[in-house]
Amino acid sequence: MGVTIALAGNPNCGKTTMFNSLTGSIQRVGNWPGVTVEKKEGHLKGDKEIVIQDLPGIYSLSPYTLEEVVSRNYLINEKPDAILNIVDATNLERNLYLTTQLIEIGLPMVVALNMMDVVNKNGDKIDPKKLGEALGCQVVETSALKGTGCKEAAQLAAKKAQSGEKPVLPHVFRGTVEHAIAHIEESIQDKVDPQRLRWYAVKLFERDEKVQATLQLDEETRAHIEEHIAECEQELDDDAESIITNERYAYISRIIHTCYKKAKKPGSLSVSDKIDRVVTNKWAALPIFAAVMFVVYYVSVTTIGTIVTDFTNDTFVAAWIQEPLQNWLTGLGTAPWLVGLLCDGIVGGVGAVIGFIPQMVVLFFFLAILEDIGYMARVAFIMDRIFRKFGLSGKSFIPMLIGTGCGVPGVMASRTIESERDRRMTIITTTFIPCSAKMPIVALMAGAIFGGAWWVAPSAYFIGVAAIVISGIMLKKTKRFAGDPAPFVMELPAYHLPSGKNVLHSVWERAKSFFRKAGTIILLSSILIWFLSSFGVVDGAFVMVEDMNLSILAVVGTALAFLFVPLGFGSWQAAVATIMGLVAKEEVVGVFGVLFGISGDALELVESGAFNELAPIAAAFTLLGAFSFLVFNLLCAPCFAAIGAIKREMNNAKWTLFAVGYQCGFAYLCSLIIYQLGSLFTGGGFTVWTAVAFLGLAFLLYMLFRKNKYDENHLTVLKGVQA
Amino acid sequence: MKTLRNAKVGETVTVVKLHGEGAVKRRIMDMGITKGTTVFVRKTAPLGDPIEVTVRGFELSLRKGDCEMIEIA
Repeated sequence: MGVTIALAGNPNCGKTTMFNSLTGSIQRVGNWPGVTVEKKEGHLKGDKEIVIQDLPGIYSLSPYTLEEVVSRNYLINEKPDAILNIVDATNLERNLYLTTQLIEIGLPMVVALNMMDVVNKNGDKIDPKKLGEALGCQVVETSALKGTGCKEAAQLAAKKAQSGEKPVLPHVFRGTVEHAIAHIEESIQDKVDPQRLRWYAVKLFERDEKVQATLQLDEETRAHIEEHIAECEQELDDDAESIITNERYAYISRIIHTCYKKAKKPGSLSVSDKIDRVVTNKWAALPIFAAVMFVVYYVSVTTIGTIVTDFTNDTFVAAWIQEPLQNWLTGLGTAPWLVGLLCDGIVGGVGAVIGFIPQMVVLFFFLAILEDIGYMARVAFIMDRIFRKFGLSGKSFIPMLIGTGCGVPGVMASRTIESERDRRMTIITTTFIPCSAKMPIVALMAGAIFGGAWWVAPSAYFIGVAAIVISGIMLKKTKRFAGDPAPFVMELPAYHLPSGKNVLHSVWERAKSFFRKAGTIILLSSILIWFLSSFGVVDGAFVMVEDMNLSILAVVGTALAFLFVPLGFGSWQAAVATIMGLVAKEEVVGVFGVLFGISGDALELVESGAFNELAPIAAAFTLLGAFSFLVFNLLCAPCFAAIGAIKREMNNAKWTLFAVGYQCGFAYLCSLIIYQLGSLFTGGGFTVWTAVAFLGLAFLLYMLFRKNKYDENHLTVLKGVQA
Repeated sequence: MKTLRNAKVGETVTVVKLHGEGAVKRRIMDMGITKGTTVFVRKTAPLGDPIEVTVRGFELSLRKGDCEMIEIA
């Protein structure tokens, strides 16, 4: 009969390494129901009967964070057959804090004392047998990094699961508290699973709102319980939650005394301490940070990343696949529309997905290393002060930096942000930063319309940053982003050498998930746009058209152009170019070239600075309209590839729609305000739209400066996730 | 009332009481900052906030605003 073992432990305790070493490369990665917390499971290598279920890294089983709620719901409701608790032996005190809580759940349990190699190297001594006796469950020494003891620990847990041997509940708390808990146990014993009795009683003592809500005790029982809690609180002069936490740590201090011998005197510096002294030093921290970011950016965006991406796009997909396929199909006498569908629609669409992968792999490689060595936590530590003002995390810096190269890996880089709220906010705002594909639009406008004015390009970046700041401040005050607490009480893990296996694993998982989850949306939308732009009605017949002017897209563009009239660029060409920008932002320029009948490739003309040739485009815009067009295209929905990445990272259709909708709405509002107020001040007269623009501006200012109803420190229990 | 916010870099202090309630307080306690714990203030972030402390043998970063919840002696 199969058994399920839940892997539980603190963040940074080596759980991921342990999971990888137990299950090998075949893992099922998904999400916990309803939340974006990653869920991984796999079989124990060489034993299909043993399922290993990875739980999120947690410090406690409180009702406050998503990861903790997900974990405890799983342990209480899904009832795995055993728990394998991974404990970082170099950080025993805090790690055992979770252990004392896991034991109370009453499931068969084994403690894996991980990183024992480091402990031994330091000359410290831990007696696993004594520790096991004190905890009431068996303790096994392991080193996930070296691969020792892991399998034995899992097999032992499986054995305990089969025999059903439960941990002996140690008496953790002092007399008064145990007394109150005993009373609570007595009053609820016929209402809960007898094995979970202790867990429920302790949670009720803590006044855990989620447990209170699930148990639905009657008024009398609740009053009875409350009486005992209040009595205990009065005696110990503290609130119930603090009492339990204090008692747990006091208990841990007692047992550590008996089984842990430190070799070094406290206060001596470890290697990690010495590194940290330099890396987060008051003066050196920012230069080092800048240097690290420069290397990441330079390699993954400017050099290797771009070279391999260009190679994949131009050589691998275009020259090696697309062209031979086209020649071959044409040679066979295949109908032109089918050739177009296969070569331009499908291969082009798949190519668009594949093209991002090399760059992504390079970036993920860096991110995995930064995370694995422990620098990522320092990034948050260094940048927190700036970013938290806009409702973002210090770690949002990396997605935004990468976003200047390409929004797709930028959005994907948000994965390192733990707090769901900060991550969502980062995903929504990252693509406001002008990516390299938006630069041709900027260059076209600056060169052909603004006569090469120097301020156009910097203003694009300024607008991007301003959009992030404004959106951050506005969104963090909305209900959507309130409620999820994100306490910035963050562990700064010890630095250690990266593990090659972990890094490769992480790169592989992320690239795979991009390909699978984002790939579909990119492919489908590319085919749709290809269809709209290559077919049309000519002389009453539905045919494939060479000239985009005759395509369905032109009809759609004409129908939608009225939307952009208040923004100052109501021509159908501008509408079509904006739609084509969804395929890839640089398309906007190329499409203008086609629609305005410019001979030659407009993109190349822009790059070579031949702006005279582009005069027909310039003639279609007023100065203000051109700027408004630029702003709209910088801020509105990104290309399909980036939307796919957003969908992958949000892992939720509603949030994806919200993100894209917000971006478009925000872009529209900004362009409207710029164009209408600009016209007014340049003597354009007051129209209905001017009034609308003023209203929009007032709305924006109100959203920016209103009081935040959801004070960050005043957060209670997580909403939306059921206990 | 002296709080962790007032503590200077390099100082070792003892926690007297935790004030406030809810998620942040619980997280602070879960990380091992409880009554009677000694906390060593290691450094301030380059931009002045947050701070880094050593507690129970590991490093923790705390925002100065949250440090006000921690009464020290």
